[in-house]
Amino acid sequence: MTSEIRGRARRLGERVNTDYIISSSRKKETLDPHVLKRWLLEEVHPDFATSVEPNDILVADEAFGCGSAMEVAVTVVLAAGIKAVVAKSFSRTYFRNAINNGLIPVECDTSDIGEGDLIALRLGEGGVVVLNEATGSKIQARSLPPFTLEILQAGGLVPYMRTHGGYPEEAT
Amino acid sequence: MTTGDSMHRGGSESTRGPSLGRTVSEGILGAHAGVDARAGDIVVCRADLILGTDGSTPMAIQYFEAMGGKAVPDPERVLLARDHYSPPTSPSTRRFHARMESFAAEYGVELLPVGGGISFQVAMETGRVIPGDLVVGADSHTVTCGAMGAFATGIGSADLAAALLTGKVWLKVPESMRVVLDGELPRGVGAKDVALEVVREVGSDGAAYRAIEFVGPAADALPLEERMVLSNMSAEMGAKAGIFPVESDPAAHFADELRVDCSALNPLVALPHQPANGVPVTDVVGTPIDWVFLGTCAGGRAHDFRDALEALDAGGGIAADVTMVVTPPSPRVRAALEADGTLRRLAAHGAVITETGCGPCCGTSDPVPPPDARIISTANRNFRARMGEASAAIHLASPATCAAAATAGRIVDPREVV
Repeated sequence: MTSEIRGRARRLGERVNTDYIISSSRKKETLDPHVLKRWLLEEVHPDFATSVEPNDILVADEAFGCGSAMEVAVTVVLAAGIKAVVAKSFSRTYFRNAINNGLIPVECDTSDIGEGDLIALRLGEGGVVVLNEATGSKIQARSLPPFTLEILQAGGLVPYMRTHGGYPEEAT
Repeated sequence: MTTGDSMHRGGSESTRGPSLGRTVSEGILGAHAGVDARAGDIVVCRADLILGTDGSTPMAIQYFEAMGGKAVPDPERVLLARDHYSPPTSPSTRRFHARMESFAAEYGVELLPVGGGISFQVAMETGRVIPGDLVVGADSHTVTCGAMGAFATGIGSADLAAALLTGKVWLKVPESMRVVLDGELPRGVGAKDVALEVVREVGSDGAAYRAIEFVGPAADALPLEERMVLSNMSAEMGAKAGIFPVESDPAAHFADELRVDCSALNPLVALPHQPANGVPVTDVVGTPIDWVFLGTCAGGRAHDFRDALEALDAGGGIAADVTMVVTPPSPRVRAALEADGTLRRLAAHGAVITETGCGPCCGTSDPVPPPDARIISTANRNFRARMGEASAAIHLASPATCAAAATAGRIVDPREVV
């Protein structure tokens, strides 16, 4: 099974922590990501929330999503119409929150990807390949463990639990 | 001296092979999954303790309901805390608390009251964590429980919902690195200084996806309350867990090793806006400070507040134009500080004593610092806007260094005050 996601790269830097994605003081008022998205990335990219378009793909460097484990930092990205984040590395809590909500975390070298580049993510049995249509480069991403792919393919942990009623006895 | 002189770093020579040794993480996660778990495996584990906060549980309740949750099979393994919004300051945060109250009542789980303390600190203080346990908490600083020899890790709200529903959690067994603390801590250097040094050396994602095992003579010599500071700040290196093992297996495979000569350490200050920006305090003496915060899950043990009071007394009290905010992180710590007069004497110096909990650390409880505040704090994170005010500059340091700065209105070497 292969699927493809295509979109415009929205370039961020390194160590974009969850408070920068959405300030924890913002979630005092609501947890609704469709409200919170108006403050998406306000600290590092003040124009982001007004310029983001559905199918944009976040592209970052090291340690994307470090800091607090707050999950609104994932749901607010999804609410903005973003389906995948490509980064050199993720914090472990952001990585698992992404999987659990159906946001695809792609880990690979992002040095070649610039703001606005049209990129395509090909998800298949052999892993994830990132094609940069702007430069023609092809980057192999780190493969995801099969169990995390199952959760992603279900659309996140909620649909996974609804379908399976619990975790498997043994995961892979 | 630069702090770098005290560090030696080298990878382990062993490679993944038929080693019989197990890291603490492999041992604990394997035991909780009923399999021979090795680094890289995905396992489904039964958790001994499941923690949630008012920052994460309201969302987890939404997920729980969306998953079709009708029961919590292990309610005695669950502890929920109202620590982030303590007290709630808006209708929405009061609604979050109300939602937790009805969930706790419906499913028979324990919910701490407002002022009932920080989830994992209360869990440790009340004997709910023992060595070898698996603790999961929807708070990134759940790693603090690693000080007890448990595998303790932060999870998200969907994970918390699934853990409430099934008693279980999926985890990737992490590779481990050893942090060897050699030597002895000099006078005036505390666990927070060691933690800032380790974070500086490892870097803010240098332990990403990994568990840390803290070993060595200086680690062995640290009392539990001090070990909590290092386990706590493991999160600031991206680590999945920061464990003080009851027994570290020398035959286990470690992906990396870091040695720190604690005898050579100075008090450290992490400059804005990264916890890994530590420098010796002597490099930044004179930096103006007008807002000082004592408390949090990093700097919130009773002796931390006593250290701070000692520095305030020695330095002649809080300087004019400096605000000091003090937040006890648990009822037990608050009671100890009330019993020995520490809180009363801090208040007499002019400190603002807040409700028990997380305090202003992450901008969820009042008071929020004013614009352009120059802050020094005993907390673990100093990201821009962390405390709810984007123009503030947050420095991180030990309680003694923070209190010494309060006496002078600028950063000073605490060893020259106390």
